[in-house]
Amino acid sequence: MKDLSGWGRYPRLFGPLTTARTAASAARLTAAAPGVVARGLGRAYGDAAIGREHTLAPAGLDRLQGFNPDTGLLQAEAGVSLNDILTNLVPRGFFPPVVPGTRFVTVGGMIASDVHGKNQHNDGTFGEHVEALSLALPDGRTIRCARDENPELFHATIGGMGLTGTILDASFRLRRVETGWIRQTTSVAENLSEAIALLGRTSGATYTVAWIDVLARGAALGRSLILEGEHAARDELGPRQAQFPPARTGRVGVPFDMPGGLLNARTVSAFNALYYRKGARRAGRTTLVPWDSYFFPLDGIARWNRIYGPRGFVQHQCVIPEARAEAVLSAILDRLSQTGTGSFLAVLKRLRAGTGLMSFPMDGLTLALDIPVSERGLALLAEIDGLVSAAGGRLYLAKDACQSRDTFEAGYPNIAAFREVRRDAGALGHMSSKQSERLGL
Amino acid sequence: MSDAPAKSVLVVGGTSDIGRAVASAYAARGWHVTLAARDAEAAAREAADLNARHDTSRIETRTIDILDTDAFPGFLDALPALPDTVVCVVGAMGEQARAERDPDHAAEVLRTNFEGPALLLEAVAGRFATRGRGLIVGISSVAGDRGRATNYVYGAGKAGFTAYLSGLRNRLAKGGVHVATVKPGFVRTRMTEGMDLPGPLTATPATVAERIVALEERPRDVVYVLRRWRLVMLIIRAIPEAIFKKLKL
Repeated sequence: MKDLSGWGRYPRLFGPLTTARTAASAARLTAAAPGVVARGLGRAYGDAAIGREHTLAPAGLDRLQGFNPDTGLLQAEAGVSLNDILTNLVPRGFFPPVVPGTRFVTVGGMIASDVHGKNQHNDGTFGEHVEALSLALPDGRTIRCARDENPELFHATIGGMGLTGTILDASFRLRRVETGWIRQTTSVAENLSEAIALLGRTSGATYTVAWIDVLARGAALGRSLILEGEHAARDELGPRQAQFPPARTGRVGVPFDMPGGLLNARTVSAFNALYYRKGARRAGRTTLVPWDSYFFPLDGIARWNRIYGPRGFVQHQCVIPEARAEAVLSAILDRLSQTGTGSFLAVLKRLRAGTGLMSFPMDGLTLALDIPVSERGLALLAEIDGLVSAAGGRLYLAKDACQSRDTFEAGYPNIAAFREVRRDAGALGHMSSKQSERLGL
Repeated sequence: MSDAPAKSVLVVGGTSDIGRAVASAYAARGWHVTLAARDAEAAAREAADLNARHDTSRIETRTIDILDTDAFPGFLDALPALPDTVVCVVGAMGEQARAERDPDHAAEVLRTNFEGPALLLEAVAGRFATRGRGLIVGISSVAGDRGRATNYVYGAGKAGFTAYLSGLRNRLAKGGVHVATVKPGFVRTRMTEGMDLPGPLTATPATVAERIVALEERPRDVVYVLRRWRLVMLIIRAIPEAIFKKLKL
């Protein structure tokens, strides 16, 4: 029995984990084991990558299948990690079309969660860049899915949380970059409405995200740093800056669970205030940042998830439709600062609608923050979920660990269509995770 | 980038974890790599992976069955050119208990670890000697340094291979052909998956590969991938047989 808990380590779940070394064995294991779901690197926060009965690790499916430097088209097995792709292809002048906040995810996981990044408002989700994928079905067949080939399964698999079959490989196009540096510009928003306005104005930038101080109150409620980024050109670099800086190694880590009490309203509030002031001093200035620390700041701290103590945490990520966003986000922030439940690195970002049947993004604003698990924390989450749901918003399944079926059903209008595709593929009941069971999916 | 034509290496057993790491290390240096393995599909998968990862390198595949010794001369002559280096990673642990009661299994383990690799490298050695240069790398094992109850069939095969490599090295020393014996010790691979391996004595396939590629710059005769293994095996070999036979190792 292996510890299969997600990155947030809540809920704590154990179960058998079977490793597939080849596409053929992954297909065989998928067909042979009802109640199965694939698990990549275990970075889903909650219970999404834990099989109801069996969990399939495509750990051996880590081979690249082809790369065309003329077109940037990469074909890779589903267990290839984003880190592997970046390490190999950034020095050759290529960058993935979309990257999430960690490089320790697999190609299969990025498709199943239809991950988004700081360029979602321009370039959409990862799934929008997938040209084709191979899917192992519960009946033992392996089929190719693309926009013009098995399109229903293709659209259901993107953002489908592994519930249509096991993704074996996929192809997608990388973009050319001249350097491994990001030109970052910081601006300050004194409150929430300014932050939302700035996120609208800067949506011309390739990458945009706001870091939000969730503990600021009153007139400063929602104060944020808006970080815009562009891939830097070669002639912007100084003489001592390597064209493609390598990813950081020798990382610092969190060697054990931090005591739960260490992270309280006062310490988090102090951290947030410090971060805000430090950022505000950089306001209006432009700096060059290496790709790995720009996109993956937390990857620099190994096992940072232990910072919230042994009970774990829930990452709440919601998206609220544009029209209701400001009112609902300020209600959420209000509740957070009232209860003193702070979070490191809470982020705010503008999204546009996704294309997968079950994709998370919609036209609106997304907020992501961590809430340490406790009776009070879970009660607060339920309360926030209610606000999201009432505003017509939804929660990101890759992060979700505890939303109710009501919240889920209200947020995802395509559930019935998704179930139908699953039924046609023989996947209903067969491809099944703890999350899909919890949500009645 | 130099204008000299790329050097070439033949990796036999190229779909094993160590073989894959060796091929990758050579490809990273711009070498032309030929992967030889029994399973053509698995070899093609590894070659595609390496080709995708390395702009400057060309990777090809060949099939070879290490037990089909008659096919070796034809296999070598069919290569587009005699490679500069040959690395033989072939080996199979087998199951000791099964080998004790099933002579066919024991014979297969012995042939896979000794007869096949030895005769293949013999055929390579003759061709290298005629040309007057070349590097032969044989992956043997610390298990061949002394027979133990828990894996002596495998160990005996590796002991034979180690002796064969030593003899080849002695024979070719004056002719410009170098023969290296590499003993990896414990390596975290598919072959050892699920085993409880001692960390300080366990290497990764990438480390094994780095030690092998380093032989191109600085030829060595016998390489223990982790140096502390040399001391461990020195002690194990020094134990008198009367005592050794009663030990559980």
